[in-house]
Amino acid sequence: MLDIAFWISLALFTAAMLLCLYRAAIGPDLPDRLLALDTLYVNSIALIVLFGLWLDDKTYFEAALLIAMLGFISTVAVCKYLLRGDIIE
Amino acid sequence: MIGFYTVMEGVIAFFLIAGGAFAFIGALGLTHLRDFYMRLHGPTKTTTLGVGCVLIAAMSYFSLLHGGVSFQEMLITIFLFITAPVSAHLLAKSALHQKLPRDPRTEDDIEELREDDDEEETSGERRS
Amino acid sequence: MIPVQPWLPMPLLSVLLLAVWLMLQQSVALGQVLLGTLLAIVIPLVTRHFWEPQPTIKRPWLLVRYVLRVLGDIIVANLEVSKLILDPRGRMKPAFIEYPLELEELFPITILASTITLTPGTVSANLRQDRRTLLIHALNTDDIPATIDTIRERYERPLKEIFGC
Repeated sequence: MLDIAFWISLALFTAAMLLCLYRAAIGPDLPDRLLALDTLYVNSIALIVLFGLWLDDKTYFEAALLIAMLGFISTVAVCKYLLRGDIIE
Repeated sequence: MIGFYTVMEGVIAFFLIAGGAFAFIGALGLTHLRDFYMRLHGPTKTTTLGVGCVLIAAMSYFSLLHGGVSFQEMLITIFLFITAPVSAHLLAKSALHQKLPRDPRTEDDIEELREDDDEEETSGERRS
Repeated sequence: MIPVQPWLPMPLLSVLLLAVWLMLQQSVALGQVLLGTLLAIVIPLVTRHFWEPQPTIKRPWLLVRYVLRVLGDIIVANLEVSKLILDPRGRMKPAFIEYPLELEELFPITILASTITLTPGTVSANLRQDRRTLLIHALNTDDIPATIDTIRERYERPLKEIFGC
């Protein structure tokens, strides 16, 4: 049962990431692309956690934690740049 | 008689599928809704909860297999739930700053979106 | 509560840092506790000039109730948003709402804005310079005053009680 659920979940997350990629490619304005990239990194965290579940290895959680932090910081930095034309005030 | 492990397996499977479904719906909203401000709703709410569900599933899985409670997943979940609103707020602010087009049905009689605005006055700053 | 010492400017932050460190290391060995304590003392000392003074939490038990309520609302809000996204006719009526704030301190306002973004079909979009109005975008609303009332009764009043301001 867990195997089937795992594969379904993996398929759904992969499809979600493809949709994000599509929005990042067409997205008419810069904030659209930025939002798509933001969603992409959040989904990639889930993908890495699922992969760690599959391999039964806890090391991958640290990678997920790092992605969460770096993704948030980069989103904020690019937003700041869009708002002010400058990152550090 | 259904054993404890079978029940836990069902719970974990449910969380995995629910997480995937929420993330997929969020991405669907990202592609299909009509303007940026509406697209913002899908990823900020549903994707965050979807990833939260997967992390809870992983936490129960490792607790079941290796015993003890593992807190790292909990930390990632809390971190995501704290940061998602902040990045959504900043994205909405930058969209307002660029005056992105709205869906015609939106009620948007606000000073941020008026054309003759002085931008420096309205782009309020949030520090936290 | 732990009293504030010259070498311990923010006791709550220190306790939080120690807890996070131990969770990250997945152990409560003596070495990790000592290293965590050292970090929990040094980091607030180094960063204390960056922090603006914020109102303290007056009633922790109300905070617990608030967090539980928000968690429940997050699930409800997600089901609602999913329904709206999957609705093939896509009959939505988005609106920008100007929400007049009663809270005055920045930290409670931050919590309120985050709650609004995570819960019922609304995203906080801008806090005006004078800190009196929060701009909210709602995905689907027919009755703007009702939405404002819901937010005020359900989230802002409890926050006011928690921070006692």
